[in-house]
Amino acid sequence: MKKALVAIAFGLTASVFATGASAQATLNSVKQKGFLTCGSNTGLAGFGLPDAQGNWTGLDVDLCRAIAAAIFDDPTKVRYIPLAAKDRFTALQSGEVDVLSRNSTMTMSRDTQLGLDFPAINYFDGQGFMVRKKLGVSSAKELNGASICTQQGTTTELNLADYFRANNMKYEVVAFATSDETFKAYDAGRCDAFTTDASGLYAERLRASAPDDHIVLPEIISKEPLGPAVRHGDNQWGDIVRWTHNAMLNAEELGVTKANVDQMKTSDNPEIKRLLGTEGKFGEAVGLTNDWAVRIIKHVGNYGEVFEKNVGEGSKLKIKRGQNALWTKGGLQYGIPVR
Amino acid sequence: MSTTVDIPRFVQAKQVEALPPPNLARGPVAWIRENLFSGPFNTILTLVVFYLLYVSVPPLMKFLFIDAVWSGTDRAACRADMGGRETGACWAFIRDKISYFTYGSYTVSERWRVDIFFALLAIGVGWLLWLRAPRRDLGAIYFFWLFPVFSYILLTGGNADFSGRFWIGFLILGALLVALLAFLAVILKASLRTALIIGGGIVGVIGITLALMDMDFGLRHVPTALWGGILVTLLVATVGIVFSLPFGILLALGRRSKLPIVRMASVIFIEFVRGVPLITVLIMANTMLPLFLPGDMTVDRLMRPLIGTAFFASAYMAEVVRGGLQAMPKGQYEGAQSLGLSYPQMMILIILPQALRIVIPGIVNTFIGLFKDTSLVAIVGIFDLVKTIEASRIDPNWAAPSISLTGYAFAALFYFIFCFGMSRYSLGVERRLASGHKR
Amino acid sequence: MQTVVSQTSPPKKSFLYDPKVRGIFYQVLLVVIVSYLFYVAATNAIENLQRAKIASGFGFLDNTAGFDISQALIQFSAAGSSYGDAFIVGLLNTLIVSAIGIFFTTILGFLIGIARLSKNWMVAKVAMVYVETLRNIPLLVQLLFWYIAVLGPLPQPRNSIEMGAGFFVNSRGLFMARPIYAADAWAIPAALVIGLIGTFLYRRWASARQAATGQQSPVGLVTLGLVVGLPILTWIVLAIVGANPISFELPRKGTFNLTGGMQILPEFVALLLGLVTYTAAFIAEVVRAGILAVSKGQTEAAGSLGLKPAQTLRLVVIPQAMRVIVPPLTSQYLNLTKNSSLAVAIGYPDLVQVFMGTVLNQTGQAIEVVVITMAVYLTISLVTSALMNIYNRRVAIVER
Repeated sequence: MKKALVAIAFGLTASVFATGASAQATLNSVKQKGFLTCGSNTGLAGFGLPDAQGNWTGLDVDLCRAIAAAIFDDPTKVRYIPLAAKDRFTALQSGEVDVLSRNSTMTMSRDTQLGLDFPAINYFDGQGFMVRKKLGVSSAKELNGASICTQQGTTTELNLADYFRANNMKYEVVAFATSDETFKAYDAGRCDAFTTDASGLYAERLRASAPDDHIVLPEIISKEPLGPAVRHGDNQWGDIVRWTHNAMLNAEELGVTKANVDQMKTSDNPEIKRLLGTEGKFGEAVGLTNDWAVRIIKHVGNYGEVFEKNVGEGSKLKIKRGQNALWTKGGLQYGIPVR
Repeated sequence: MSTTVDIPRFVQAKQVEALPPPNLARGPVAWIRENLFSGPFNTILTLVVFYLLYVSVPPLMKFLFIDAVWSGTDRAACRADMGGRETGACWAFIRDKISYFTYGSYTVSERWRVDIFFALLAIGVGWLLWLRAPRRDLGAIYFFWLFPVFSYILLTGGNADFSGRFWIGFLILGALLVALLAFLAVILKASLRTALIIGGGIVGVIGITLALMDMDFGLRHVPTALWGGILVTLLVATVGIVFSLPFGILLALGRRSKLPIVRMASVIFIEFVRGVPLITVLIMANTMLPLFLPGDMTVDRLMRPLIGTAFFASAYMAEVVRGGLQAMPKGQYEGAQSLGLSYPQMMILIILPQALRIVIPGIVNTFIGLFKDTSLVAIVGIFDLVKTIEASRIDPNWAAPSISLTGYAFAALFYFIFCFGMSRYSLGVERRLASGHKR
Repeated sequence: MQTVVSQTSPPKKSFLYDPKVRGIFYQVLLVVIVSYLFYVAATNAIENLQRAKIASGFGFLDNTAGFDISQALIQFSAAGSSYGDAFIVGLLNTLIVSAIGIFFTTILGFLIGIARLSKNWMVAKVAMVYVETLRNIPLLVQLLFWYIAVLGPLPQPRNSIEMGAGFFVNSRGLFMARPIYAADAWAIPAALVIGLIGTFLYRRWASARQAATGQQSPVGLVTLGLVVGLPILTWIVLAIVGANPISFELPRKGTFNLTGGMQILPEFVALLLGLVTYTAAFIAEVVRAGILAVSKGQTEAAGSLGLKPAQTLRLVVIPQAMRVIVPPLTSQYLNLTKNSSLAVAIGYPDLVQVFMGTVLNQTGQAIEVVVITMAVYLTISLVTSALMNIYNRRVAIVER
């Protein structure tokens, strides 16, 4: 009898702490809760990093804020759940987070086998290496015999093995469970080189005890298209995420910025009119209001602004636009027309 | 007998010199001679120890105190190349980060709630540990019921926002339970009143608990992802203690039970948990718990290691309690039975009060182990004290060679004070109990 | 008034009051609840796995691993090895660090335990401070201390500290000469085996002689000579003859690191140091309690027989104390083995780090991985306690 009571008590406690995420459409449940839960990085400068007061900043975080702005007209209605690499997909699958915006690589197996959808690519990346300047190494091909720090359980670890095998080089791998431990071990001199996505290399370099002592090698050994992920099967929700990103891209292309978005509403350009909802009912078609894009741009900004602020020349990371420039400027970011 | 021939071979053949009379000299010199230099071997040993102390203690003191940096706002203060002098421990780093180490990222304006939690915890622990405190029965109710509920409300902000359907469901279940008990009372021809009181009591306590959790006290919600530091360390330890003691007692009773299935289930649980490392239990809680729940239900990230540690501690607690139950003389059981007490009455009124009393030292030792083990939640990504130190260590603002060592020294000091205090307490109780049994 | 109570038939009670019936009722209740919980958990798990499209079953053990491991006692490569091989590598790493740790912690623990009872005040106090300090600080903090605060600041490979005899220390670990065995090298282990057999025979002869005549033989010296001296002699003889059986490959400086020789990872060293010093504090307490459990009369009786203090300890006290010491000592050995799983915090590739870390993340098959890992530790625990029970039965005092 006592055991039964314990079981009941345990069940009750579990259910009290459990946060119900019902099987209903994500948009409805988000509206009902009154906030968006966003799976974010545990701390990666420029992409998702909390400060001491728990305020989050970064490119991935701004995507969540943009989604919240589109739904609630208030970018602060987001709760961030920091997720380690190994927990991120289960957290999304189980409904703990509504959207996973945490520099996750889109791959075919993740898209088709894990029950996920990647509605957009908000950062085109690739895996690179960082070494100490005084080693005198200028290419990854010279790393034969080096010891390399990497985070376990990531595609990074597998790419690393592939790269050294393909180039017939030897290396010593030192794998740690978290990115913090990995980088700190490199910084303390445990390894000759540190490898992760190139964006991560620039972000982590800021945390080195002497950032100027390290260089990022030119080789990019993999393709890492990073983007937000949602659960497979809720197409409306996937559409909202996809079009939030595309609205930001189109705004940049059309010259709509945080500052001038209100004036732009009176523009005669039909593309701008469709984007800002003064013509057509594009917002309502995905379950939002027609001024959805205005909300996003007013509260968060267009893609270029967000990029510059978080990772670009205006930030500490100083990453060049490169592949992430608009297609009109030779990059890969291509805003799909609102039409 | 023929063997007598051999015996002399084992006996000393010649007279052994008598030992000198015991040294009766007193005073410090005599003490030193007696305790430190009583022979060549002892003298060498003493000198070796002195040398070891000489090479280890002064540099340690120098690092921790003499060369230590006590104030400063960033790494410049703690770097030899910037400060212009040799630097030891960087206590300025601890001072700068102490609120992070205490509260984690807990919303700054709400941190008074955490302070109240610490105070409530101190009251509860003091009440229970002080053996002559007034009304320790009330203390137990406070510690095992009121305190957890208040802490939950204070820390999360309460207002769990149960739906109306949840309450209807709860009322139906409660009514069913009371009815079941009443029905049993009727067919067993036992007192209907007692059954109603027991049933009503259980439903009432759970109902009040849930109602308190549901109530809106106007406190802001603080998500558990923000909790951290000493708050989480103490929280994990407290939940472990509050849960493991009752559950451990149940398991111990189960293991001593005459019912084979109950006994087997208890043994399997206890031996299984004691046979695997805590870290595997934590990883299991982290990765498998979400799989075992229905698809639309998730468990809070902080809750998972809490469940893991609580179950883990219960198994160890069960073995300690079992020791106490086995130490009870059989006469106590027989006496209780001859008075016509039922099994629960016998256990609650006669056996457990005595058995638990004699295993207090063992229980406290298990708590010490549990307290140290709370540091393992850092490995599964919970921001306890160790994890907050790990996270601060890589803050570029404080990048200096002595930062890591200072951080670990702080952690070591924190755990040492708690664990050493508890172990002294357990020794004291042991001595008191020992004297109590001497007649 | 009829007051006679029938002796044969007690007053009839409801069968619900029968303890047997109640016992069965409670047990059925327990079985139902536990089975229900298991059923719910299992169906949920199956449903969740299907939804997340995670494969199940143990087939993944044959899949190619695709990652590398820093310390592998068997041949392991990313391309050619499977997850199953990774499991074996992790298991061996756990076992080797535990075995070496148990060896050193036993020595250190006994020394400190005896030191705590020393009549030398300084020695006893220092040992006490050691025990109280190390016991009351979490192992995780100690491991991080060793790994990051002690081994971390070691110099880069270019500035390796040379310790002579081919030993180097730097931030990549401890480097030493690697022996290379020539064809004749088999003679040395053969000599060792002969030495061991010889020792065994000599010991039997010596104890038979002591029982018969009371005369003692220099057992220690002969053992040393046979077990250590004989192989060395063989080596020297072979070297003189010209067939040098063992040559050493010294570590040399390469581009990044020392190459050649043997490398012991700093993660291994840190884990070993942490486990040995931490467990030794507990073993010291076990040893102290064991020695105190031997009554003072035993020591006094040994003294009155003319045994020296060292002999008393070796021949009278320790054999009796062992009976008290061995069971808790074994559980400390088990604790050390289980605690070696904290390796995951400092990146040593033990079973938990490799299998529950990398393999679990790469495959996503949480249930299988967790079950296998737990089964390994459980097996180690259960086998040890089974051996322990056999030992206890053998050494238990036979009451006459």
